[in-house]
Amino acid sequence: MKIIARRPESLTPARFHYCPGCTHGIIHRLVAECIDELNMRENAVGICPVGCAVLAYDYFNLDMLEAGHGRAPAIATGIKRILPDRLLFTYQGDGDLASIGMAEIVHASARGEKITVIFVNNTVYGMTGGQMAPTTLLGQVTTTSPYGRKKEETGYPIKMAELLATNEGSAYICRTAVNNPANVTKTKKALKKAFQTQIKGLGFSMVEVLSTCPTNWGLGPMESLKWLEENMIPYYPLGEFKVKEAQ
Amino acid sequence: MNKVLMKGNEAIAEGALTAGCIAFFGYPITPSSEIAEYMAKKFPLQGGTFLQAESELAAISMVYGGASTGYRVMTASSGPGISLKSEGISIIAEAELPCLIVNISRGGPGLGGIQPAQSDYFQATRGGGHGDYKLIVLAPSSVQEMLDFAMDAFALADKYRTPVMLMAEGTLGQMMEPVIPREKVTQFADKPWAISGCKGRKPNIVNTLHLSPEFLEYRNNVLNDKYNLIEANEQKAESYCTEDADLVVVAFGLMSRIVKKAIMEVRKKGFKVGLIRPITLWPFPVDCVKKAAETAKLFLSVEISMGQMIEDVRLAVNGKAAVEFYGRIGMIPSPQEIARQIILLAEREGLK
Repeated sequence: MKIIARRPESLTPARFHYCPGCTHGIIHRLVAECIDELNMRENAVGICPVGCAVLAYDYFNLDMLEAGHGRAPAIATGIKRILPDRLLFTYQGDGDLASIGMAEIVHASARGEKITVIFVNNTVYGMTGGQMAPTTLLGQVTTTSPYGRKKEETGYPIKMAELLATNEGSAYICRTAVNNPANVTKTKKALKKAFQTQIKGLGFSMVEVLSTCPTNWGLGPMESLKWLEENMIPYYPLGEFKVKEAQ
Repeated sequence: MNKVLMKGNEAIAEGALTAGCIAFFGYPITPSSEIAEYMAKKFPLQGGTFLQAESELAAISMVYGGASTGYRVMTASSGPGISLKSEGISIIAEAELPCLIVNISRGGPGLGGIQPAQSDYFQATRGGGHGDYKLIVLAPSSVQEMLDFAMDAFALADKYRTPVMLMAEGTLGQMMEPVIPREKVTQFADKPWAISGCKGRKPNIVNTLHLSPEFLEYRNNVLNDKYNLIEANEQKAESYCTEDADLVVVAFGLMSRIVKKAIMEVRKKGFKVGLIRPITLWPFPVDCVKKAAETAKLFLSVEISMGQMIEDVRLAVNGKAAVEFYGRIGMIPSPQEIARQIILLAEREGLK
């Protein structure tokens, strides 16, 4: 008998608590597969956010630390500076990273902190029940933008990948999506490249992953994937925004 | 070792280095910045990390990460910065991570001023942030103690797996005195809980989220038991001329030195006055004050604030004697001013 698929060693057997159709589970698995393939599980430290992935320390089978809201990049910095040969990653949502943690993420990137950030952008605050995020699209209805997000009131959605790519310290910045099998494969490639960027000591790396939130979008799983493709990708274009090669 | 002339803030930094501190994460604020500046000079030469964070929030988060590795790390700030750090301090207390947090205090509220004050007493001794937690708080009164207490703070932090605060008025941070350097600490406790990569063991998790009500209560009980143990074991105070004292002045930090001078003067005039100087602000030296309350007729809490420590003095005296207050803020009372207050009270109460 030949094993052709199994749980990555970097994931625990715990069942994910994520809602049906949510793509956090896919992203967790991709991260775990990359860590396995790089043979870094015993050398890795992950930081979970405040948000839907707050319980990720139950899912990743490696040393994990739970951050205050938005502070993960600063915490990762504290660990990485003391243990520079460990593989550090933060796993953050859009409210955590692009709102309350904006200072921490921008400065970690500007310092060229040798950490990898997995940024899951689903355009809403998931865990608190679907409030407007800094990445909520114009016109999008949320519980705190019940008439649709208006640019006159709350401005424009923030494009984090483009913003962080302008920092010299950023070595690898990429935006991907997990709305179809081809994009899932591309996301895994990007995650691996981000980790390799860190291992090579080139600087800060981030993969922004466009993700779904069927529960708070009020859509079914399949409709959510379609909504992502039709609404998010046009505003948040996929691709690599910064690739620093070894000198 | 030969004495060296040092500034208070530098002595704290030197004490931390002597205690084996390997990382400093901070954000500039008067009157604490010399600690950061000293570390910025030292760490690149001797190995270790100095990092100026983008904010107080980030600095304490870096301390949280750094402390989770089990190495000795620290930050320093002043009142307004400690307010911002309170989020992280609450997290570190619940995560049970040892570290040193220094408050070189100034007057508030709001942005306040940059003159020395003791008005962060409540913030320091009541936890400061959200939830049921405490910090061990040490209050030095000399530049030598700035160095020594920084070392003690790291030892206590490791012993109890808890953040320890060293709080000193801005004046102590800025003034210079001769200091005896200490032997470098080279032995450290094992930290099997540390985050370092799970090679050869099960993964370690550092977490402060407890969604189950039963587990949340359990965690609060664990912390509470620890705090009870600290209260039983770590109260520390200096008593001066309290054996025969009718009037006992309670003062900490720099203020205690001024009070001591005032007591020397009033004793010459025949007033039986003594001093209790709390060295640990939390745990408050209840036992020492209680003992004095068996014989003293009056207590006087002297503070550079509107009266904060007086609440702890009252709780410790527990109605056995009257407790009076004298304080200034922004201004430091002179020994003569304190002596006048003591004599005024002693004469009013017929204590001569």
